[in-house]
Amino acid sequence: MAVKTLTIDGKTISAEESATILQAAEEAGVIIPTLCHLDGIYDVGACRLCLVEIVGYTKLMSACTTRVREGMEVTTNSERLRNYRRMTLELLFAERNHICAVCVANGHCELQALAYEQGMDHVRYDYCYPKWEVDASHRLFGMDHNRCILCTRCVRACWHIEGAGTKNVSGRGNQSRIICDLNDNWGVSKTCTSCGKCVMACPTGALFHQGSTAAEMQRDRSKLEFIVNAREKKQWSV
Amino acid sequence: MSKRIVIDPVTRIEGHAKISIFVDDAGNVSDAEFHVVEFRGFEKFCEGRPYTEMPGITQRICGICPISHMLASAKAGDAIMAVSIPPAADKLRRLINLGQLVQSHALSFFHLSAPDFLLGWETPPAQRNVFGLITNHKDLARAGIRLRQFGQEIIEVLGGKKIHPAWAVPGGVRSPLTREGAAKIGAWLPEAFATTRVALDLFKQVLTTHQREVQLYGNFPSLFMGLVDPDGGWEHHGGKLRFTDSSDSIIADQIDPKDYLTVIGEQVQNSSYLKSPYYLPLGPTDGVYRVGPLARLNVCSHMGVPQADAELKNFKSLAHGAITSSFLYHYARLIEILASLETIERYLSDEELFSTYLCADAGINSLHGVGASEAPRGTLFHDYTVDRNGLLQKVNLIVATGQNNLAMNRTVAQIARHFARGPEITEPMLNRIEHGIRCYDPCLSCSTHAAGRMALDVRMIATNGQVLHEMRRE
Repeated sequence: MAVKTLTIDGKTISAEESATILQAAEEAGVIIPTLCHLDGIYDVGACRLCLVEIVGYTKLMSACTTRVREGMEVTTNSERLRNYRRMTLELLFAERNHICAVCVANGHCELQALAYEQGMDHVRYDYCYPKWEVDASHRLFGMDHNRCILCTRCVRACWHIEGAGTKNVSGRGNQSRIICDLNDNWGVSKTCTSCGKCVMACPTGALFHQGSTAAEMQRDRSKLEFIVNAREKKQWSV
Repeated sequence: MSKRIVIDPVTRIEGHAKISIFVDDAGNVSDAEFHVVEFRGFEKFCEGRPYTEMPGITQRICGICPISHMLASAKAGDAIMAVSIPPAADKLRRLINLGQLVQSHALSFFHLSAPDFLLGWETPPAQRNVFGLITNHKDLARAGIRLRQFGQEIIEVLGGKKIHPAWAVPGGVRSPLTREGAAKIGAWLPEAFATTRVALDLFKQVLTTHQREVQLYGNFPSLFMGLVDPDGGWEHHGGKLRFTDSSDSIIADQIDPKDYLTVIGEQVQNSSYLKSPYYLPLGPTDGVYRVGPLARLNVCSHMGVPQADAELKNFKSLAHGAITSSFLYHYARLIEILASLETIERYLSDEELFSTYLCADAGINSLHGVGASEAPRGTLFHDYTVDRNGLLQKVNLIVATGQNNLAMNRTVAQIARHFARGPEITEPMLNRIEHGIRCYDPCLSCSTHAAGRMALDVRMIATNGQVLHEMRRE
C-alpha cells in the first residue's frame, strides 16, 4: 500500500494512503479531540470537534473523514481551533438538558470530559431547555433524548456492527432525534436484538441500563472494536 | 390601627425566609407568619424522570441533609419494586443516616445555635456566629466542627463523598462498608463521644440560666409525630408513625408511612411557598404537630442504647406530660447525637455490614411507592406514582420544616407577644425571634424543595399595607 508523507503540527510523519488525518495523528501520538468517532465503526464527521486546519484550505476539515495526502500540512491545535471547539461544546450543552450532577454518566461522560479538557467554564448561549421525553419502555435499556448529542454512534453500531438497523435518526435541525424502527417505542421494536451495543457506544448518558442512578453508567467500548476486529480481521484479541 | 411587623430575611438557618408579625388595634401581637420566599419546584420537574434516578436528583434539594432525601427516595423505589432489600443494605442505610444525624445536629448546635446562648443574646450579630464562637470558645468550636466532620466522614466512607453520594438506590445500596472505613470510624468514635458529653453538660448548665427561654421559646401544647419501632422505641429510618399529644398520650400509633395521607393533611398558604401539614383528624387549628428531635424523643418510650436512655430519662423529667418547649429541641438534638454514636459503635461490630449482597433486583411491581425516613429535622416522606415503565407521573414530598411550619408561626407569635413594645421592632425582639425559629433548625431549601444565604429583614406593616417600620440585617 502506498504511503503518504505529511506534517501534523510541524511533525513530519508518514501514513498509509487510506488513513484519515485522525488515524495518522493518533499513530504519530498527536491527540485530536473527538466525540462522534468510535473505534470499530465508520466515521461521519457529525460532532465537528476534530476540525483541523490544512494549508491551502480556507475551510476547517474534520480529521475523522479527511484522508491524508502527500505534502499535506495540518494544524490540530491553534487559537482558532480551540475557540471553535469550545463554541461547539457550548452549543451542544445549550441545545439539550445536560445536568451532569444527576446524570447517570456523570464522571464517565465523554462530553463532560471534553468540556473539562477544553476549558469550557461556562456557556455563552441561552439554554434551549427543550422538553424531550425518556423512552424507558425497553426491559433492559433506556433512552433519554435530553442527553443526546446526535453523534449517531448508536445508529452506526446498530447498523454496522449488530446489523439490526433498529436505530435511526428522524426530524431535522434541533428537532432531530434518535428513533427505533419507524418511531416506535424501543420496548416494542421488532428489530432490536437487545444486544446493548448502542448503549456501549453512547458517549453521554442518553442511552443507559435500566435502573441506573447518578454516575453509575460505565461502558466498555472496547467490546465493539473487539467484535469488528474478530469479524473483519479474524483477530480475537483478549 | 392593627399592624403587621415583617422580619425579612431571617439569619443563620438554612435558606431564605421572612417573618410577619401582626399587631392588633390595641397594639398587641395577634399572630405571626413565617414565610419561605423561594420556590424550588422539584415535585414538578421530576415528572417524567425514571424513578431509579430519584435518589440522585432529590438529594440535590439540600446540601445539609442530602442523605435523608436519598434514603427516603430509595425507599420509595423499594416500594415500587415491591422488594425486601438485603438485610446488610438496610443496616448500611441506617449507618449512613446516623452519620447524617450527627453531622446535621452538630451543625445546628455548634455552628448555628450555640453562638446565641453562649455569646449572649445582645452580642452584635457580626460577632454572634460561629466565628465569634471560635474567638471566645476555641476548643468547643473546634470540637463541634470536628464532630460534624465525623458524621460526614461516615457518609464519605460509605458513599464515596461527603455530599450528594448517589449511593442508596432502589433495592439497596451500591457499595459495602470496608474494613478500613470501619477502622477509621471506630478510631474517631471516642473523640465524638467526648465532644457530645461536653456539649450535653454545657447545655444542662445553659438550662439552669435560661428558664425564661424554656418558657417562652415555642412552649405551647401541640401534637408530636415521629417514627417508632414496634416496641415504641426511638427510630430513625424504619418503623411506623406515632402521634402523641402534649399530655404525652398516644393518639395514633403504628401507622404505616405509606398511609400517611390518612393522618396528614396539607394546607397551602398564599403568603409562603412552604406548605403547612397538620394532623388530619383534628384539622389545621387543633392538628398542629411538631416533628424532629423534640418530637422523636416525645413519641418514643426508650432510645435502645444505655447512655442515651439515661439522658432520655432526664429529658422526660423536665416536665409533666410531653416536653412542649421548642428551646429543648437543642437538648433533644444532643441526646440524638449520643444515641447515634452508641448505635454506630454497635454497628461496627456487626459482620453483616461487610456483606457484598447489597441490592435486590426487580422491575416495576407497583405503580405507587412511599418512602419515609427520619431526617435530622423530622419525618420525611417521598411519595411517587410511576407509569408502567417507571417514569414518574406524580411526586409528593413532605419535609420536616413544612411540618413544623404552624409550630414555628406559634413560636414567633409567642416570643413577639412577650418582647414587642409597640409597633417598633426592637433589637432584643429580633434576636429572640430569630432564635425561636432556629430551635427548629429549619431547612428552607428542603421545605420548598431555597437557595442563598439567610439574612434577616423585619417589617412592621399596618393593616392597610403601609410599612411603619423596617429593619434589615444582611
